[in-house]
Amino acid sequence: MSRLGNLGARLYRGEVGYDFIRNRKIWYGVSILITITAIIGVAVGGLRMGIEFKGGAVFTTDTKAQISTSQATDVATEASGHQAIVQELGNGGLRIQITEVDTAKANEIKETLSDELGIPANDINADLVGPSWGEQIANKAWTGLGVFMILVVIYLAIAFEWRMAVAALIALIHDITITVGVYALVGFEVTPGTVIGLLTILGYSLYDTVVVFDSLKEGQKDITKQTRFTYSEIANRSINSTLVRSINTTVVALLPVAGLLFIGGGVLGAGMLNDISLSLFVGLAAGAYSSIFIATPLVADLKERDPQMKALKKRVLAKRAAAAAKGESPEDRREGAATAGTAIGRPRSPRTPGKR
Amino acid sequence: MAAPKKGRGPSSGQGRPGRALALILIVMVALAGGMFLSGHTTPRLGIDLAGGTSITLEAQNQPGKPNAINPTNMDTAVGIIERRVNGLGVSEAEVQTQGNKNIIVNIPKGTNSKQAQEQVGTTAQLYFRPVLTVQASGPETPTPSGSATSSPSATPKPGESAQGEDKAKDEGEPQGEEATGSEATPSASATTQGRAVTGALKKDDPTPGASDKPKASESPEASPSADPATAKLQEEFAKLDCTDPKQRTEAGKNAKATDTIVACGSNVPGSYEKYILGPAEVSGSDVDDAKGAIDQQTGEWIVSMEFTSKGAKKFQTITSRLSQQQPPMNQFAIVLDGEVVSAPSVRTALSKNAQISGSFDQQSAEDLGNILSYGALPLTFKEVSVTTVTAALGSEQLRAGLIAGAIGLALVIIYLVVYYRGLAFIALLSLLVSGILTYTIMSLLGPAIGFALNLPAVCGAIVAIGITADSFIVYFERVRDEIREGRTLRPAIERAWPRARRTILVSDFVSFLAAAVLFIVTVGKVQGFAFTLGLTTLLDVVVVFLFTKPLMTLMGRTKFFSKGGPWSGLDPKRLGAQPPLRRSRRVNAPTEPKEA
Repeated sequence: MSRLGNLGARLYRGEVGYDFIRNRKIWYGVSILITITAIIGVAVGGLRMGIEFKGGAVFTTDTKAQISTSQATDVATEASGHQAIVQELGNGGLRIQITEVDTAKANEIKETLSDELGIPANDINADLVGPSWGEQIANKAWTGLGVFMILVVIYLAIAFEWRMAVAALIALIHDITITVGVYALVGFEVTPGTVIGLLTILGYSLYDTVVVFDSLKEGQKDITKQTRFTYSEIANRSINSTLVRSINTTVVALLPVAGLLFIGGGVLGAGMLNDISLSLFVGLAAGAYSSIFIATPLVADLKERDPQMKALKKRVLAKRAAAAAKGESPEDRREGAATAGTAIGRPRSPRTPGKR
Repeated sequence: MAAPKKGRGPSSGQGRPGRALALILIVMVALAGGMFLSGHTTPRLGIDLAGGTSITLEAQNQPGKPNAINPTNMDTAVGIIERRVNGLGVSEAEVQTQGNKNIIVNIPKGTNSKQAQEQVGTTAQLYFRPVLTVQASGPETPTPSGSATSSPSATPKPGESAQGEDKAKDEGEPQGEEATGSEATPSASATTQGRAVTGALKKDDPTPGASDKPKASESPEASPSADPATAKLQEEFAKLDCTDPKQRTEAGKNAKATDTIVACGSNVPGSYEKYILGPAEVSGSDVDDAKGAIDQQTGEWIVSMEFTSKGAKKFQTITSRLSQQQPPMNQFAIVLDGEVVSAPSVRTALSKNAQISGSFDQQSAEDLGNILSYGALPLTFKEVSVTTVTAALGSEQLRAGLIAGAIGLALVIIYLVVYYRGLAFIALLSLLVSGILTYTIMSLLGPAIGFALNLPAVCGAIVAIGITADSFIVYFERVRDEIREGRTLRPAIERAWPRARRTILVSDFVSFLAAAVLFIVTVGKVQGFAFTLGLTTLLDVVVVFLFTKPLMTLMGRTKFFSKGGPWSGLDPKRLGAQPPLRRSRRVNAPTEPKEA
């Protein structure tokens, strides 16, 4: 722990650090590759939609059925006229899933199952979904996604600046694409639980990104009044100084989700808990990655196109060249880099009169 | 964000941490007190945790009625469905709209879910049927009329036979009306409330409202001919006890429109009449519009109806025939789902416009108006989702959710303790406060706004553990950064706060925005999740501001933390703090709070 604390301190002071910005092209490449894979996965394999979206029925029994899983499959398939998928749950119960049956037909099937499985109809859990309902859930989820993105872009543009809003949006789309892609490639079933998880990622992914941006915003105050660092260097420092926090956040967010995943998968076998936690797990990981490797470097890229920042870069480089000519040791330059964040922030110090 | 400018510096909260702590303590006690006083000490559980059936209905678009799906119609539908479901004897069934075009019906366990589903799912039928016999019904009055009504009678079925007479007797109705009005019938007490139908344009008819339609409980001429089917019907009629809710709903339920049926009705709450009704002659779809209104002349509530052109013809046929009959056969019954909602008598032949008058109040007039104009439901609904959860699975899911939460919480606590040591104590207390607030508020929201904790909501709460703990991390990291700058603990705590606060607010805002958008836009399970997430995000802000920060200030005054021992989590050495002197260049800078 103390070692981590030390690392935190060194990261904080900029004594150690990974140059996220300089290596950004690599990470962009990685992300583009993953994204393309994800898109291909969705395009080719498609998503395996749960019955909640296709319409159909899921029956679950609490107790051990008197017949085997394969027998149950036959019974259910025969009763419904559609292929049934039967899984055994952790508690010995069965989960019988039949697609493309309407709610009226599903009641008949339930009666049949009750007879054949030797379980009273009242002890069978049923989830019957008409296709239009699933469609509605999906449509509303997409609407929610759209509305949220627009609002967030507006908010970030006001609270920060448009470049950050754009970068955050790209990071967000990146996270969602990856999560959806994982679902397509691995073949996990998409259920309302998945959608809930996916939508929660929105909040989390941005949460992470916003914290880095917050630090970046602080760092870039009065940036043009100094000639020590370019924008990219300051952005890099912001990432490094919040790295420990980002890791902590992600770990702390993932731990309860891991608890959910363990219980959802281990005890209940399948269901809402599992679905939510699975998509959260994937999305959180992608979110932590994108806020560090994608969002902030993107801001730096966009910002460096700004004429002011271009001019700054020129001045910084010129000054460095001059210093190098004078023979200033590289050691000193690094020391300078270490204090960049604080040095730049100086004018906003609370000692400055008039700030309160 | 303007936060740091506004409240920067030690003054913000350092002075009176006790006040904030006292405030949140009072809030907690008040909430807990309210919870115990109201007797709702646990959150209301949703169907998926408590067991039961949840049915989701979706209003279907009807051709030609683009604006039919509107809040008014949805509310009417909810009211009608509620009546139907609760007619099953389910007291706790809950019917509510969700989104623009969905109605959720939650029926707790222990109810016959299949029957409930049928009740909810069926599109109810509305018919106008001629009354053949009417009689007060109750268990305490064994019907002596059984024999009388079963006596054979030559009266032909009204359906076909009356046609010929119609036109001939079109005139002269008022006379007949007056006559029936004064007729003394022994059973007038059975139906204390008479209703009459008049033409909308004949408002000035002298219609003595209360006495216009006495009913005969024994009316031999009313009984249909004694073919075997009728005998069976008579038997049914004799047996029918309308005070029994089950019999009441069952009575005319599965009858075809062309059958002669027995049915129950109630003109006055608490007293019931039973009817034998002829085949349906006008159906709900023949009614173009109907509404409760105040009669300009009498100032009484009436229901005015307008028929479609096809319906007007049919209605004219039935009314002109009925108006010739003796009571009770001059009545037609408005039958909704086999139950008589009203049985007005007819004085004159009517066609397109008609009104029903007689001891309505605003509510009953509007109700009948709704029933008439919308058929049964104002909208056609389709069952889009039915979830039946057994009590066993419900409790298992609840248990699993709680275990998952406990595991998640334990992992977070372990991580916090390992990483933050002494500081974790503050984090744990904050989590505890957050947990208590969440629990009490959820418990209170049950009765207050009908909030029910379902599985997604439990997930939301578990996920929220992370969000809440993250706020502490933001703050702790900031404090540590200040210590790394070489500052002692107390100033570090105060200097760290403005920036940490800002970060917490910004990120919580984004999180809350996500929850709010989801809650407003989505339907079903997603909504329950969004609600919990939003609630816990708000509570996170409350807890961090009113509890964590003040507690941190107080703790900063203790020896344990201010000494910065290795177990405090704030050991300058372990944090790699640098003596301020060595970093002369930054002497001016350190006041600048940095990102946590």
